[in-house]
Amino acid sequence: MAATEFTPIASAAGGALIGVSAVMLMLLSGRIAGISGIVGRLLPPYGQSGIPEAGAFVIALLAAPIAYAAVTHEAVVQAVSSNVPLMVGAGLLVGFGAGLGGGCTSGHGVCGLSRLSPRSIVATLVFMATAMVTVFVVRHVIGGAP
Amino acid sequence: MNIPVHAVAGLIFGIGLIVSGMANPAKVKNFLDIAGTWDPSLAFVMGAAVLVTFLGYRVAFRQGVPLLAERFNLPTKSDIDRRLLIGAGLFGIGWGLGGYCPGPALAALPLLAQGTLVFVPAMLVGLAVARRAAR
Repeated sequence: MAATEFTPIASAAGGALIGVSAVMLMLLSGRIAGISGIVGRLLPPYGQSGIPEAGAFVIALLAAPIAYAAVTHEAVVQAVSSNVPLMVGAGLLVGFGAGLGGGCTSGHGVCGLSRLSPRSIVATLVFMATAMVTVFVVRHVIGGAP
Repeated sequence: MNIPVHAVAGLIFGIGLIVSGMANPAKVKNFLDIAGTWDPSLAFVMGAAVLVTFLGYRVAFRQGVPLLAERFNLPTKSDIDRRLLIGAGLFGIGWGLGGYCPGPALAALPLLAQGTLVFVPAMLVGLAVARRAAR
């Protein structure tokens, strides 16, 4: 568990960009910028409106690191666990939980909090709490690497 | 016009995730690790994102209708039910284990880290299963 550098300015700037994106979608298209909701529209069962728009959003999201590298000539720094069973389990929980709970960090955490939605406020408090407990247990109780 | 709007929004969102550090699971897990190698950076991501969105939404909703659509497409549920609580709880456990939530995992996919390449398909399966169950 290596420390990472505290980056308040870059993080606030990145957060502001996320906000600009969310405002753009609402102001122009009347949509919530919730990633699990947008990706969900591309998965069965189909029938929701806005599937082409969701496809355009996801393709552009996937293009973001390529655009970032092309403009800045800097590699994107990241450290990802290569523990395959752990990452598969984490992915299943994130996808299933976001689907069942009707949103993720963006839909509940950014857009929902900004609408002062009681459901989103509760969801954000719950997932922040279980995420912190999970990291505490993994790192300080079990003492594992991730 | 809504398709290009979504494409531009997706690109800005993804760049925001990368610039902010959200696309680095190590940074996310350090944010969640208050008792250890705590990195408070992600509070600045959330804070700035919510501030901009809160102010921008006020402008948007004051218009009455979106500029390029007939109406605002907003969530209609208002009850805090078991699905919300259990879903958010499981989501948090997965987020803490992997350090990825859906947006950053997708934005990091082209970086081709092994963990990302298995996380994203699993996430899509989980999301599809939950959608089927919720129908």
